[in-house]
Amino acid sequence: MTSGLSRELIALRAARELRSGQYVNLGIGLPTLVSNFIPEEIGVVLHSENGALGFGRIADEGEMDIDLVNASSQPLTLKPGASFFDSAQAFAMIRGGHVDVSVLGAYQVSEKGDLANWMVTDRRVGSIGGSMDLVSGAGSVIVVMEHTTRSGEHRIVNKCTYPLTGRGAVNTIITSLAVIDVTPKGLLLRELAPSVTVEDVQAATGPRLLLAEGLREMEL
Amino acid sequence: MDKILSSPEEAVADIQDGSTIMFGGFGVAGIPFTLIKALYERGTKGITAITNSPGGRLEDFDLSILFQKRQISKVIASYPVYAGKVNVFEELYLKGEVELELVPQGTFAERIRAGGAGIPGFYTPTGVGTIAEKGKEKRTFDGKEHLLELALKADFALVKAHKADRMGNLTYRMTARNFNPLMATAATITIAEVDEIVEVGELDPESVVTPSIYVDRVIKGEKYDVGFK
Repeated sequence: MTSGLSRELIALRAARELRSGQYVNLGIGLPTLVSNFIPEEIGVVLHSENGALGFGRIADEGEMDIDLVNASSQPLTLKPGASFFDSAQAFAMIRGGHVDVSVLGAYQVSEKGDLANWMVTDRRVGSIGGSMDLVSGAGSVIVVMEHTTRSGEHRIVNKCTYPLTGRGAVNTIITSLAVIDVTPKGLLLRELAPSVTVEDVQAATGPRLLLAEGLREMEL
Repeated sequence: MDKILSSPEEAVADIQDGSTIMFGGFGVAGIPFTLIKALYERGTKGITAITNSPGGRLEDFDLSILFQKRQISKVIASYPVYAGKVNVFEELYLKGEVELELVPQGTFAERIRAGGAGIPGFYTPTGVGTIAEKGKEKRTFDGKEHLLELALKADFALVKAHKADRMGNLTYRMTARNFNPLMATAATITIAEVDEIVEVGELDPESVVTPSIYVDRVIKGEKYDVGFK
């Protein structure tokens, strides 16, 4: 069976999910890669919980400024129309329902859309950061992740075994193998990565998948 | 009115063992490096640190140095550890030498804002159904569960700003603002470290983010050319 999409292609597919005029927060890790694939013309405005709205790509050598970073401390560039604000206001935007989409990484997502993304139990300590606020406040939550762990264990599971970030939090899961929507009836397989079959995805997934009408291959 | 002190040592001279201290900064930006170094040299112990992160991205300059010298005994934070790297805090925490109160970041920010604004607590939907709800009062609004979260206050706030005038009005630069303006409001004594000190009247009142009423002492920070790793 194929290992599926690279991290870059997962990010690219996630970027295609975003719509014109949306305000979008990108989480730490794989989600920050999404910013490299958002077409300029669609006018998505990126929000960073450390206090910036309207930033662009990661800065190159020579244009870096230690005072201008994203939540992962990567150097940013600004776009016209950008603004800065303190952390309480950054989270008022999130908690108050003003941020349309949150793109987050995950360790596990359950059949009901429960999300576990802040701590692997073995480490005994983890970082919550803004993830719990994002899943409770953002309009919709897209998870981007490898479909399974490196050793092949399922990440899409019947019930999360790691500590939860939120219950029923996730709307859409974009992985190295598939695009899956969380629906009241269960997990709905919407798209397959190139050369990946329904059987491949089901074998790598805990819960039984429902097949969407019009299930198709991803356009990349 | 002149709140400018001539040295960082003088600014932290009355910070006693056992103090609760807020430290501004997020990741690499807006950290009061000069005041942290002065506190390191002063050797104050038993500190409860209220900080988004206990450091580790710039471990020669950030709060890591206070952990190395075992000056901090408790941390209230939202982002204590990093992926793929073990910071000094984590080493000490796993040995049982430091306590941790882990708080979702938006709740952390709002608790500090509430502390400065005279609001003892507030209800938030963040953290329902997770470990964050442990031991907290719950109340339902509009059919949705919320948690009661309590305000945070401190004896001292060490903040980093861009410019200060002699009265203590502060401006910030880009994402170096983060928790600094909130923390400046929530401590008994707020000490600001700035890049530049100007005369009263030189700051455009429209550009002031932290009004002077919140600020007790100001020092000019040393230049730290920390760079990106």
